[in-house]
Amino acid sequence: MQPYIDEARKAISNFVLQAALANLQDRLGKGAAAAYLNLPEGPELRLKAHDLRMQAINNLDVLLETLAVQVEKNGGRVIFAEDAKAAVGACREIARKHGVRAVVKGKSMVTEEIGLNASLIADGIEVTETDLGEYIVQLAAEHPSHIIAPAIHKTRNEIGTLFAEKLGIPYGNDPPTLTWAARKALREKFLAADMGITGCNLACAETGHIAILSNEGNIRMATTLPSVHVAIMGMERVAATLEDHDVLLRLLSRGAAGQKMAGYVSHISGPRRPGHSDGSENYYLIILDNGRSRILADERFREILCCIRCGACLNVCPVYAKIGGHAYGSTYCGPVGAVVTPLLTGVNRSRDLCLGETLCGACREACPVHIDIPRMLLELRSMLADGDASWQVRRNSLLEKAGWMIWSWMMQDRRRYELGARLMKRIFP
Amino acid sequence: MQNLSAINWGRDAAVPGYGRPITLFVQCLVDSLYPGVKEAVEKIFLRLGLDVLCPRDQTCCGQPAFNAGYRKEARNAAARFIDIFGDAETIVCPSGSCVNMVRHHYPLLFENDPKYYPKAIDLGRRIFELSEFLVDVLQVVDLGAAFSGRVTYHDSCHLLRGLSVRSQPRRLIQNVKGAILVEMKDSDRCCGFGGSFFLKYPDISAAMAADKVNAVIGSGADVVVGCDMGCLMRIQKHLTCLGSGIQALHIAQLLTMNS
Repeated sequence: MQPYIDEARKAISNFVLQAALANLQDRLGKGAAAAYLNLPEGPELRLKAHDLRMQAINNLDVLLETLAVQVEKNGGRVIFAEDAKAAVGACREIARKHGVRAVVKGKSMVTEEIGLNASLIADGIEVTETDLGEYIVQLAAEHPSHIIAPAIHKTRNEIGTLFAEKLGIPYGNDPPTLTWAARKALREKFLAADMGITGCNLACAETGHIAILSNEGNIRMATTLPSVHVAIMGMERVAATLEDHDVLLRLLSRGAAGQKMAGYVSHISGPRRPGHSDGSENYYLIILDNGRSRILADERFREILCCIRCGACLNVCPVYAKIGGHAYGSTYCGPVGAVVTPLLTGVNRSRDLCLGETLCGACREACPVHIDIPRMLLELRSMLADGDASWQVRRNSLLEKAGWMIWSWMMQDRRRYELGARLMKRIFP
Repeated sequence: MQNLSAINWGRDAAVPGYGRPITLFVQCLVDSLYPGVKEAVEKIFLRLGLDVLCPRDQTCCGQPAFNAGYRKEARNAAARFIDIFGDAETIVCPSGSCVNMVRHHYPLLFENDPKYYPKAIDLGRRIFELSEFLVDVLQVVDLGAAFSGRVTYHDSCHLLRGLSVRSQPRRLIQNVKGAILVEMKDSDRCCGFGGSFFLKYPDISAAMAADKVNAVIGSGADVVVGCDMGCLMRIQKHLTCLGSGIQALHIAQLLTMNS
């Protein structure tokens, strides 16, 4: 059973996907690199941002408490969810309480992580994704294959067929026409929904508001039209001050799409206040742990919590460019997924994610907050090599260990080394 | 920058101001599969009139084990490397990957070892990749080599992103008489070698190599030059598979050509 290798093979032989991935990287990967160079503060701002993020992560307990106090002061409710089950439970409870029958969703990887949609649907609630890519993926009953561009694996022809079948429109493969059809279908969903569920790109502890970025305007509608808004955030997604928040949002937009700022930025600090003409009447912020505390507790991996999920590393990774997002077999793919997924879901079962990269370092260079992903991949590999009790990681292969012990012994002596060299000639003729 | 091609090669052509002996660390891949690269490196220093020592007992820097996660095994090899090269004043290696290992990963490997840690830090300052050493330390860009044809350069990952060496090899190539440097698309993109990666994930590695080789062919170059035999082995293998006549050359080989 080697899903990573099998899925990779499938992706490699899919020429349409290969072209889409190459195009994605040419546009977004290079766009981000160019956008960093145009930062008013210079590309070094990313190093500063790394420090800001590390400071925030190191003070996460205080920041989250401050955030919660501010949100409640603004009239919102804060729920700390220890794991996926608790977060899903909280969402269902809120839906029950408000008699929710239809939900519109903003694009959110964290709701993918906790498997929220299926549970709500099981409760008889209609759930509609409103980000175009995410909507396509939902109609096709698939999973996103990119953090920012969820439907990158689908061609316009496939989408044309899908829309003809699901939306009852005549088949066509013209992107504006298809987008228009989705827009029309989604408008009706927005107007009928009684609850909006979104993620959170970054919260600000100082002010107690959250920011959600989009380029389609769907977030604005999902957060203001329904009477209930639930935002779900991973507990690491908080900045200490408004000033830090600003730096990080600018870097997020550049990393994600080479934009100075996303097309739409929603700053949400609470429910509608007296005199306001729009906004939800009830606002909930769910702060999710789901394994993040454990990462926080380990100095080797704490740095990955700096990630603001922009997807920049996916857009430069030469491995992602070949295998696409589905091979990673989890919510988070690409270089960041290769570190986060094993830590959230188990290192042994994600061993191919830890080992299946070349350590080329392109991800580190593309990261807007300069996370050293290769360093953490090496740490994960060392856990697999010798086992790690603190993470309940079993040694990956005793045979391989024995092989490296023999290798090590051979390297201690020039004659043994030469013997090894002769063997190598056999392997690589 | 001095133009050494005009100088009469001999003992007294030694690069002025560089009086320290040079110790050669030969990457295991070169040692076992590409002895011609080692000879080319020695020839370069001979031409520059610099003595080169090559410790007979040297083996591997430990990178293969380190990258696979086997740190104890890597540490054994690394400790031996430090024992052998610890007293060398200047170490030169024809592989950016090995130099990156010593300079950036040895300190991590020995962070809890009071005996080896300072040595590892010290060694990191005295070890250089070949093109980096020629251009930055010796300040030599013209070695009097000649090659008529179009040359494209592949940026190896650890050399570029680990050691920040981008311009040095290009300057060396541009100063080869008759050589025209043509850039390929995404020269800084990984070739798919990745040490044991290409053994463990051959399909992904081959797909990456195919992209690289397409870029090489697309550049219209006659040869592709790099500073790491790992990448060049991967690239050459794929070029040969495709029946392309383009040759993958180590920069030391190009710099010792005279036709």
